[in-house]
Amino acid sequence: MSGIFQDRRKSMIALGALAVVLVLLPFVVGAFGQAWVRILNFTLIYVMLALGLNVVVGVAGLLDLGYVAFYAVGAYTWSLLASTQFDLHYPFWILLPLGAFLAAVAGLLLGAPVLKLRGDYLAIVTLGFGEIVRILMNNFDKVSLPWSDTVYNITNGPRGITGIDGMSFFGFKVRAGTELFGLQISGLQIYYFVFLFFAILSVIGVWRLQHSRLGRAWQALREDEIAAKAMGINVRNIKLAAFAFGALTGGVAGGLFAAMQGFVSPESFGLLESVMVLAMVVLGGMGHIPGVILGAVLLSALPEVIRYGADENVQRSVFGFVLIAPEVLRNLIFSLAMILIMLFKPAGLWPSPERK
Amino acid sequence: MMADILFTAEGVTKKFGGVTALSDVSMAIARNSIFGLIGPNGAGKTTFFNTLTGLYRVDQGRFTFDGKTLNVKAPHEVAQVGIARTFQNIRLFGEMSVLENVMVGRHVRTKAGPFGAIFRPPSVQREEREIAERSRKILDYVGLSKRAGEKSRTLAYGEQRRLEIARALATEPKMIALDEPAAGMNATETVALRQLIERIARDGTTVMLIEHDMRLVMNVCQHIAVLDYGRKIADGTPAEIQKDAAVIKAYLGGAHGEGEGSKA
Repeated sequence: MSGIFQDRRKSMIALGALAVVLVLLPFVVGAFGQAWVRILNFTLIYVMLALGLNVVVGVAGLLDLGYVAFYAVGAYTWSLLASTQFDLHYPFWILLPLGAFLAAVAGLLLGAPVLKLRGDYLAIVTLGFGEIVRILMNNFDKVSLPWSDTVYNITNGPRGITGIDGMSFFGFKVRAGTELFGLQISGLQIYYFVFLFFAILSVIGVWRLQHSRLGRAWQALREDEIAAKAMGINVRNIKLAAFAFGALTGGVAGGLFAAMQGFVSPESFGLLESVMVLAMVVLGGMGHIPGVILGAVLLSALPEVIRYGADENVQRSVFGFVLIAPEVLRNLIFSLAMILIMLFKPAGLWPSPERK
Repeated sequence: MMADILFTAEGVTKKFGGVTALSDVSMAIARNSIFGLIGPNGAGKTTFFNTLTGLYRVDQGRFTFDGKTLNVKAPHEVAQVGIARTFQNIRLFGEMSVLENVMVGRHVRTKAGPFGAIFRPPSVQREEREIAERSRKILDYVGLSKRAGEKSRTLAYGEQRRLEIARALATEPKMIALDEPAAGMNATETVALRQLIERIARDGTTVMLIEHDMRLVMNVCQHIAVLDYGRKIADGTPAEIQKDAAVIKAYLGGAHGEGEGSKA
């Protein structure tokens, strides 16, 4: 973030303008329908996920293909403890920290056995870890203990958990929306501001971590593990810290996801989701926070924009007939965009200045 | 030996399967001296070095450092006790700036954790300032302060060598071990390196120099040990080493020498 705007006054103006845009955005977008606000909220969730994964992959250089598992831990923590599933209804200020904590513990559980692995080998094991978590969620609808015949339904399996509580502050239910100065504000628009708050928190947290003693140690690890050890860096500890902090961010994002959606199922936490978050980090610019945010915004919003742009009606008005099925065209354009970016900007769209 | 001894190896033996890489090697390094460790290729210099820095475990014998048995279980503990090293094939943190490379060296003498990093209490801010200040001073010491903001991999070869030394010095070592620092350097760079090594020793850091450049070793070291086939074959002042029959045989090729003569 620093060093982009040399002039202090200029940077204050830019920041102010950004703040105005961010405040107005949900209302402008909301005019086109609440579905667009939901897309906006998902973008913020992906920003958080990409920032968290950036700590692991971009800063510490540990290739993680199972990152979405931590997102799942956060989401299921919220879903199981605030839904009709067990008729538990804990408040958000317990659920979010708990989800973050459990995700961080999951991060340590993943980190511990893979301390000696690197590159491709690390990627394979983390990929497996992500799948294990998803499959657990899928099959924990019929758990029985060896000494008893009672079958417990914990996660409701592939059907997922419904009836999840939304977020509420002092009895005020976010999902219901509100009216402020005659302005109708939907639940999704309030969620937008909650998500924005947590996304900004993630940006500050990750930025400070990256520019600290620990952040330098992570970068040293990424650049040369043997030299890092010779400098007295306890590589084991900082690897675990990287996994834990990345996971923690994912856990918070998962809780927010569950609160907004009111429904979670294992389907949301597949390998493709992990790959997508990784793509955001890589396409944006590994290790560079503004780049990672850009990557997350582009890759989460782009498919939706293309979905609209590649619509049958649009195609008819351009070509006079439907050229390709919209869903196919969407994937085609999206994949092509990713390939082009990697061909022409291999270091990402907005790489850190010292990485050109 | 009445001199103040910083480091000793006592009967160190290291075997890899049936191969004895180090056989009963003993030596003593006086505090604030420059000690040379030489020997033909494959003599066991690097094995000795890796054993000392915790990469391998000794089979027999022990090291002492600063009056205590050196008992390191992991490579990162070596820097903690006060031994810093450089690498034969330069290992800098290439994508980090020159200054950041040195700042990483301060890691082992500072303590801010993740929560300090995120919440930045005054103590952590102060520590960060001290890390940066001290690192700048060290860069100045090795003559690299003009390059502080540049990516370390953009430095010239000789500068990279000096940056490695700066990074090692940042750990506040009692002994700095330089693994072939003159390799690939031209004559001018080697002279500058020699001056730097002498200054480091004068300023109170013991230097262990593993080197092939005989002229550098003979000029700069007060004491030299020679390894050959994993055994120490000689130990003494440069003048004594130059006259030692076993050393001449090892280098100029008696029973097994070929192509080593050019280096002597």
